[in-house]
Amino acid sequence: MRFKDFDTISMKDFSRDMIDHILDTADKLEPIAKNEEKSDILNGKILAVLFFEPSTRTRMSFETAIKRLNGDVLSLGAVDASSITKGENLADTIRVIEGYADGIILRHPKEGSAKMAAEMTSTPVINAGDGAGHHPTQTFLDLYTMRRESRLEGVKIAIAGDLKYGRTVHSLCYALSHYNADITLVSPKELRMPREIIRDLKNRGIEVKQTDSMEDAIQDVDVLYVTRIQKERFPDPAEYQRVSTSLQITTELLKNANPDLKIMHPLPRVNEIDSGVDFTSHACYFKQSFYGVPVRMALLSLIMGCIE
Amino acid sequence: MTIENSNEKHEIRVQPIENGTVIDHITAGQALNVLKIIGKPGTSEGIMSVLINAPSSHGKKDVIKIEGREINAQEFDKIALIAPNATINIIRNFKVASKKQVQIPEHIEGVVKCVNPNCITNSNEPIKSNFTVNNENRYVFLRCDYCERIISENIADNLL
Repeated sequence: MRFKDFDTISMKDFSRDMIDHILDTADKLEPIAKNEEKSDILNGKILAVLFFEPSTRTRMSFETAIKRLNGDVLSLGAVDASSITKGENLADTIRVIEGYADGIILRHPKEGSAKMAAEMTSTPVINAGDGAGHHPTQTFLDLYTMRRESRLEGVKIAIAGDLKYGRTVHSLCYALSHYNADITLVSPKELRMPREIIRDLKNRGIEVKQTDSMEDAIQDVDVLYVTRIQKERFPDPAEYQRVSTSLQITTELLKNANPDLKIMHPLPRVNEIDSGVDFTSHACYFKQSFYGVPVRMALLSLIMGCIE
Repeated sequence: MTIENSNEKHEIRVQPIENGTVIDHITAGQALNVLKIIGKPGTSEGIMSVLINAPSSHGKKDVIKIEGREINAQEFDKIALIAPNATINIIRNFKVASKKQVQIPEHIEGVVKCVNPNCITNSNEPIKSNFTVNNENRYVFLRCDYCERIISENIADNLL
């Protein structure tokens, strides 16, 4: 399996063997992520972190991953302090940065931007989110969280929230198709997963169930994956209120849930999960957020060719 | 070309062409969209004749005749996207020199604009639109190679 200089654009580029190898590597690197061990794996490597959009978790966990492995971060900094304000396009920016860095971590508001960036340079590009498009490192950390905190092979999972526009959910479903997952989709009618995606999943051997009742969905699942419903999708604020309330996770709702149920959320949350849930054994979203560090350490180390 | 109408037989004033192209079996109602592809100003000075909803053995069809011009491969690909059953007849000296059914291409570049305004191909970047063409029993839909947005019903409106 060759990872060196591999572009990480979409989960569709990764086979089951490749995903397993990344997760196994993350397992080995987790003590370094917790600062229990020291490492020089990325010593001498410079990673450019180009974020054209605001981000807390993704950016900081990438930078933490690089620093824990003793690599160097080259940051674009604020967009308004760079040549972007002079009208430089992304293609030119990428071709300039490739002269400075060994790898490029890119977040950009346009869908397809990471794919285009990868076409412009031989330096490996890691997609850290392209608009409403792909966010593969989020999916890797989601899979890792399931493996660590619940189970991944044959996992019974309910995925709730905005399944129409939430493309990270689509990536997650494609990835879960490698693991014989039993998937139930929970969303109001107006935010259901597009039929083309459901058809693609069917072609990969995954039949998904659909419901709009959260209570029914969580009876017998290992994992409940909750995503944010964006207010701007609803022209009528009352309708947004109705939909978001109908999917809200509360301690009351969880009384009849599987005791081993784990609740995941890519964060930030707004009001999808009541703060009372944070103190139950079901809450897994803050650990999930931490797991972004070992997973990104693994990916960077493999792509830089520093480990095999 | 003739059309039966009750007891009378009317001759339609669409004469055979000496040299040019006849596009037959266009999906009924799509002729004007095909004209958008082949009828751009300056591409031909010859007469173009259009038949809409002409009777055919499979119901209705549209037909276009273009005098004095043979259509090219890129036009051929575009026509296939919106009229997947069309046949292209190249006419030379009043005879059919070649007759081909359009072939739906597997991939198109720079032919259709992505409908997603937030797609990287709709920005000031130096790249062309690229689509993978899906053809399920001649139901054609396009998937953008960059943003993966699907175009199915309004392909003609987005031809470049």
